[in-house]
This record gives sequence, structure tokens and C-alpha cells, in this order.
Amino acid sequence: MATSATTAGPAPESPPQSAKASGRGRQHPVAWFVLKRVGQGLLTLFIVSILIFMCTSVIPGDAVTVILGKSGTPETIAALQAQLGLDRPLYVQYLSWLLGLFRGDLGDSVVALAQKQPDPSIAGTLKNPLTNSLILGSITALLLVPLTLFLGAVAGIKADKFIDHAISLPSLVLAGLPEFVTGALLIYVFFTQLHVLPPVSLVAPGESPLATPKILVLPVLTLLIVAVGSGVRQVRLGMIDVLQTDFVQFARLNGIAERRVLARYGMRNAVANSVQTIAQNLQYLVGGIIVVEAVFAYPGIGVYLVQAVLARDTNKILAASIILAVLYTVINIVADLLVVFLVPRLRTELV
Amino acid sequence: MSTATSVARGSRAILSGVLRSNSGRIGFVLLCLAVVIALFGGFVAPYDPYATLGVPGAPPGNGHALGLDFIGRDVLSRVLFGGRSTLLLAGLATVVTYTLGGAIGLIAGFSRSKLDSLLMRSVDVLLSVPALLVILLLITAFGSTPVVLVCAAALVLLPGVARIVRSATLEVSTRGYVEAATARGEPTRSLLLREILPNISGIVTADLGLRFSWAIILIASVNFLGIGIQPPTADWGVMVSENRVVIASNAMAVVGPSVVLAVLVIAVNLVGDAYVRQLDRSGGSQ
Repeated sequence: MATSATTAGPAPESPPQSAKASGRGRQHPVAWFVLKRVGQGLLTLFIVSILIFMCTSVIPGDAVTVILGKSGTPETIAALQAQLGLDRPLYVQYLSWLLGLFRGDLGDSVVALAQKQPDPSIAGTLKNPLTNSLILGSITALLLVPLTLFLGAVAGIKADKFIDHAISLPSLVLAGLPEFVTGALLIYVFFTQLHVLPPVSLVAPGESPLATPKILVLPVLTLLIVAVGSGVRQVRLGMIDVLQTDFVQFARLNGIAERRVLARYGMRNAVANSVQTIAQNLQYLVGGIIVVEAVFAYPGIGVYLVQAVLARDTNKILAASIILAVLYTVINIVADLLVVFLVPRLRTELV
Repeated sequence: MSTATSVARGSRAILSGVLRSNSGRIGFVLLCLAVVIALFGGFVAPYDPYATLGVPGAPPGNGHALGLDFIGRDVLSRVLFGGRSTLLLAGLATVVTYTLGGAIGLIAGFSRSKLDSLLMRSVDVLLSVPALLVILLLITAFGSTPVVLVCAAALVLLPGVARIVRSATLEVSTRGYVEAATARGEPTRSLLLREILPNISGIVTADLGLRFSWAIILIASVNFLGIGIQPPTADWGVMVSENRVVIASNAMAVVGPSVVLAVLVIAVNLVGDAYVRQLDRSGGSQ
């Protein structure tokens, strides 16, 4: 679901960065840009964290009542609320949560407290799901980037030929499918029909999914099908654009071999143009993983989040959401910085 | 010429443009098929979609073309009933998105003041977290009623619409006829609704199909995750989720709803794609 790639459109006015050039900015434009971009990211995260916090606090009293269920008496409800600090004003709750976050303390699970479990702390319960999700995400990303670039470039070079259609049409069709439909159909083919891959990707607690690589195949494949499809279209368009530029035409007229033209002038610039697209695909993974993990019952951060939502465990929702939001923002910032380093001409526009 | 006839003429022109390409024709037929199944399938369903009729997970046969689901209900009947919720909620979400996002984009693009950057920045906050996460959080806060589902999906799609409408408005509002209308002293309301809106409608509707298909995907995914429409309601997303336990004995209980949902989304994308290409051919939006 890479939204902004297709919707943003070129802004008609000059790049916003150029508006406020300060003296310091002129001397070290790149350093200034890095600082500014990171600062912007932190500000966004701050606002997002407030919004996430508000979403999980709208039902504060209710969450406790729901979780305690019929066993909840006014006294036990009040006691649990006090234990969670819900009797304090909202901004105090937020600030103490934020301070805890910096110390690596993500608060206590509401459900665990209600059930009087010995260790209600959330931080420990997140380690395994987060590692599992990062494994799934990294493997997908490692395959996603070269595949997108390769297929997109080939489709762009052979635009409107058979091979272009053979790449473009399936990617249009497959990229649009919901992850759980793709996943379910893959399970049907590879489990029900061919009996080669398991329908669920269960991981025993404390074990690494890498110990049984077989369970990773279908989740990775599902994510790839959706993400590669949406990226290919953008890379293809970028390649077509690059091949129509003057410098490529001149290189061809100079008699440079087509293969060399494509490698030196075409591919290089197409890759630079595609960084944003690829970043959006990687960002997509952060959200897509939620559904794909649910399809295969893969114990990652997505399943953790959905289970927390179902159990109304507000502190767990808060913790998982903020982690996903941070990942999302970091990828965004890294992509913006990478573009500037890959395309030198953008650096002059920064001033 | 009355508005009704001009709208009718306009939509006929769009349809014939869409039908000019092969993929557009295929998409249109599939779309009609999927929409008819989703909206009216319930009327021809052979069984009550909520009645338990036999062994859970029984394979196709015995008068059940797609077999029985995980608690012994007729899969075909549930597939025929199960599209209405998703399609209607997604359609509503798309309408809400275009109304709200359109209004924000128009005001932002037309005002050319601090209001512009204020509106656009606040809308952009929605893009700084994954779409599904926004929906999950809103459901956490306000429950999973249909109204919340529609609003949440609409909110997620809103930044894209607002951005496009804004940049189109910025461009159009410098044109001669808008400046002439401004000079005539036309009130802002009629400037926006009579001069600008009709002239940006082409660009703005270009990815209507894309957004509608996202709305379908988002709503269906939330239902699949078990935090949207709740069982026992017959819904395609819910069905794929609940019938995974019987995939070994009756795969059709999972494949059936998956395929109709896939057909619906693919059809929307094909028609949307054909519509964009016919816009390009006819020289853009003007």
C-alpha cells in the first residue's frame, strides 16, 4: 500500500527546503539537511506518540472493567486503576509513560496485572515477537530490493514488448490483492494441493524461526508478491523516463553499445529515481507484516498487536504501536537521506 | 442543458472510454459480476447462511457446491451473502474520503495562507504510521462498529485525496476564468463549486479506482484480523479467517471467499487503470 508514490504528484512550488536557507545551512547544506530531517522525524514521532497515547486512553476505565469482567467489584477496579496510575491526570500519565520509554520501560500489561501474574512487565514479552518480525522483514527486504529493481528495469527497457506485459500485468493484478487473500491462496496451492509447505508458521517459544526455514517461505512469498508488484510499476516508469533523457540519447548517438548505455546511464539514474519507491515498499512491510503474520500465525509483533487489541490490553497496544511507528519513521528518514547521497544534484537544491 | 443529462452524457463517455481496451472490458465484466454477487447474491443463496447443515468442514458434494464451513454451514450461501458488508462499507468510506479530503484540499489550495500548510501538515501526520495501525488504534479507541470502520478507512485514504485536490486547485485557480470570476466579485463558495471543482474533477477522479480498491482491502483485512465485523456474520474476510482450521478437509471454504474478493479487487483495479488511460488519451482533465 505505497500510497504517496502514486498520489503525491510533483509539488508545483519550489522545493520547501530552499525557502529557509540560513547562514549555517549554506556552509554545510548536507549536514544541515540531515539535522533538519532527523529533527522533523523526532517531532513527527512526538506528535504521533501523543495521538497513539490518546487512542489507547479513550477507554481507560472501560479497559479495566472489561478485562476484570464479572469478577470486577468497584474495589478491585479502583485498585487496578490505581496500580496502573490511571487515577492521575492524562498528561501526567503520558509524561511518565514517555520517560519510561526512554529508560526501556514499556509499562505493565493490564491483563497480566488483572490476573496477578508475577511479572506483568511488557518489555520482556516484546523481545521474541520483535526479533521474529525483524527476521521476516529483513529476509523479505533483502529479496525485495533486487527483485523490484530487476523486474522494473527489464519492463522499462522493453516497454510495450511482450516481456513488459508479462511483468507488468501480473504485478498490476497481484499487487492489488489483500495480503490475506494472497496468503490463503498460496496455502491452498502449497499445502492443500502440493503438500510441500506448512499452512502455519508456528515458532516454539525461545526458538528462532531460522531453525526451520520452511515456515518462512510462504510469509516471505506473500509479502514479496504484494510489495514487488507495486514497486515494479514505479521503477518501470522511472526507467522509461531516464531512457528518454538527452544524455541517454546522446550516448546512443555516440555509438556507445546499448548494453553499456543501459548499465552506465540508464540503470544508475533509474536506481536513484527508485530509492523513494523502494523506501515506500519497505515502509509497506511494516504495515503488511501485521496481516501476513496473522495469516500464518507467525508469532511476530503484528500478531502481538492484534492480540493486544482483541484483549484490550491498552499498554501492550501502546508499546507495539510505538515500535511500529518508530520503524516506519526511521525507514522514511533513511530513504530521504539516501536519495540526497545518491543524487548529488539534489544537494545544491538543499541550500 | 440540465445537470442530469450532462452527467449521463459524461458517464456514458467515460464508460465507452473504459471499454475501448481489452483489460478495461474484462475488468468491467468482472466488476459487474462481483458487484452483483456481493449485493444481490443473497437472494439466490440455496441455504440459510447461518444454519448448521452437516459435518463441519465437509468437502463439496451432497448439494453443497462449495462444501460446509468450520461449523457445518453452507459455504456457497455464505459467499453469496458475504460481500455486501465489505462492499458497502468500502463504498461509503470512499465517498467520505472524497468529500472530506476534497473539502480540505480545496480550502488548502484556495486559501494560499497559513491555513494551507496547517491543514496539509495535520493531514500528513496520518501518513507517518502504517495505515492498518491507524485503523487498529481507532478501533481500540472507539470500538469496531460499522461507523468506526468507515471513518477509519476514510481517514487513512484522506491524505492522498487532499493532496491531489490541493495541487489541482492551486494550478486551476491561477487560470483566466477563475481570475475573471474573482474580479466579477463572485462569492468564494461559487468560485470553489462552480469554477474550480468542475475543472479539477478529471485529475481528482483519476485514482478513484485505486482508492476504492484500497478501501475494500482495508475493510476486508480488518474483518480478517477479527477486529472488524464480528462472527457469525457472513463476510468474506471473516470467512477466510475462521475457515482456515478446515482447510485440509474443505479448502473451498477458504478459497471460495478469497477468490470472489480477489476478483472484486482485480476488477476495480483494471477498470480504474482503463479509466486513467482514457483520461490520458482525451488530453487530461480539461
